[in-house]
Amino acid sequence: MVLLLLAAFPAFGAKYYVDLAVKIMILAIFAMSLELLVGQTGLVSFGHAAFFGIAAYVAALLSPKTEAASLWLVLPAAIAASAAYAAAVGSLSLRTRGVSFIMITLAFAQMAYYVFHDTPLGGGSDGIYLYFRPDASIAGWQPFDLDSGRTFYYAVLVCLAASFGGLSLLLRSRFGHALAGIRVNEQRMRAAGFPTYAYKLAAFVIAASLAGLAGFLHALKDGYVNPEILSWHQSGAVLLMVILGGLGHLRGAILGAFAFTMLQELFQWQAVFGKFAKHWQLMLGLTIIVFVAAAPRGLIGIADRMRRKH
Amino acid sequence: MDLATFLIQCLNAVQYGLLLFLVASGLTLIFGIMGVINLAHGSFYMIGAYMAYGLAPWVGSGLGGGFFATLAAGIVLSVLLGYLLEWLFFSYLYEREHLQQVLMTYGLILVFEELRSILVGDDVHGVQPPSWLAGSIPLSEVMSYPVYRLFISAVCIGVAVGMWFVITRTRLGMRVRAGASNREMVRAMGIDIRLLYRIVFAAGVALAALAGMIAAPVSSVYPGMGGQVLIICFVVVVIGGIGSIRGALVAALLVGVVDTFGKVLFPAAAGLLVYLLMAAVLLWKPEGLFKAS
Repeated sequence: MVLLLLAAFPAFGAKYYVDLAVKIMILAIFAMSLELLVGQTGLVSFGHAAFFGIAAYVAALLSPKTEAASLWLVLPAAIAASAAYAAAVGSLSLRTRGVSFIMITLAFAQMAYYVFHDTPLGGGSDGIYLYFRPDASIAGWQPFDLDSGRTFYYAVLVCLAASFGGLSLLLRSRFGHALAGIRVNEQRMRAAGFPTYAYKLAAFVIAASLAGLAGFLHALKDGYVNPEILSWHQSGAVLLMVILGGLGHLRGAILGAFAFTMLQELFQWQAVFGKFAKHWQLMLGLTIIVFVAAAPRGLIGIADRMRRKH
Repeated sequence: MDLATFLIQCLNAVQYGLLLFLVASGLTLIFGIMGVINLAHGSFYMIGAYMAYGLAPWVGSGLGGGFFATLAAGIVLSVLLGYLLEWLFFSYLYEREHLQQVLMTYGLILVFEELRSILVGDDVHGVQPPSWLAGSIPLSEVMSYPVYRLFISAVCIGVAVGMWFVITRTRLGMRVRAGASNREMVRAMGIDIRLLYRIVFAAGVALAALAGMIAAPVSSVYPGMGGQVLIICFVVVVIGGIGSIRGALVAALLVGVVDTFGKVLFPAAAGLLVYLLMAAVLLWKPEGLFKAS
């Protein structure tokens, strides 16, 4: 039903809200990719923004300034770049667990941040522009045109639906059950003969690829990338979305992306908060603290509790 | 690189490393003893630096002024802040999962950063070192070394020796070590673990704030300074081994050397070298150089 609503939305929604919906859908893909790690496998990664940002930067760097690049070249390249970095980071950080894992993923994400922030490659803190959205033509035939706002909306929607469907299938598969087993008791899984390190690394790379897809779409949406999309504030925000919605559920991640964006819009709303809207992060910070303290199981947890009472 | 330049870079590396040690030791101590991963630790560094900037006029009118009066006032205030924060906030985090600790302390960072923006604004400010430390020592005809940086190193060494003495030679230190190795047992022995936690936390906050205060004249005071220090300190703690103070010292000096000489020898990749160092150490010893007992 949500899917139908989203599909019909551009027909009656104002442009501002349609743009907002695109932003939420992209963040939902991003949040779902982290949910695979945090909620399903029990790996708390605090550097997930790196994979989002690397794909976005690759998309912008591969697009020439004067014409559109081929979608079928840029998209795989962007996702492969994120996956490759994830394979390197994952193979190191997965040798540790718990707090070390959190700190190491954060540190490596910051390393990626510095690559784009400090070297001439990334254009410094100003970022770089992506002038033309990639062209979807195959040998002269153009199945769809991403330049059209409506088409881009549906492309993002299809990506969201495919990510949700793909992850749902993955979690129902033997692989998904193995990940759940690792979350609950890794020792036992290893004793049962599962190469848990390889399973975790595979989950890490899959999650990074999906985050890369979200980052790619983000770069296309804004036509602009800057180092802030790799910053640890972005990693914190996406972790917050996963928690906000409810750990352990894919739909929780989507709900979380929606709730987070709405909170952000609310706190930046000048009519309500006046001059204080400039300091919206203060409200966000307080909300995080109160929410995590009061409802560690997220919005889905609250809904479950209410349902049980009735 | 001639001898004078090399000497200057060595001194810079040691000074930077020792400063990192002050912040990282608090981080590793708080994690080792209370099991809390505290992302807001960088904020305490930031608060310290802003105190060095903001308190000076107040101290000037109230206590007759002076850099050391400001420093003393800042330390007292940061101990109070740490004590209050532990009581009102962090004591509720001990039993929670790492994920929740990460998010709640992340929320705290946002609160501190915005309060800083509301109270002081977003401008970059300079802080003057005291006049008798403002000079420099000539090393060759053209090069000289600022006295204030030597002063920073001296303060850090003094604090490190003090920490070593407290931890290995006093009753309080004994309890801290006991708390780090077996929390339940310490509680069972009738030691007031809550008070112990509060003291350790306040000390950690004061160390980070002190680092911020003495660094302010060199680094100036700017928004986002806490986050930068926090992440480098994570690298230090990971390299040194989580919970190990000795490891933090060795790793901080190592990071100081790599970062300082990296900036001179490979300016293009300077920001990355520290992380490559971390990757290399992790390949070699996934649990860090010194595993905490």
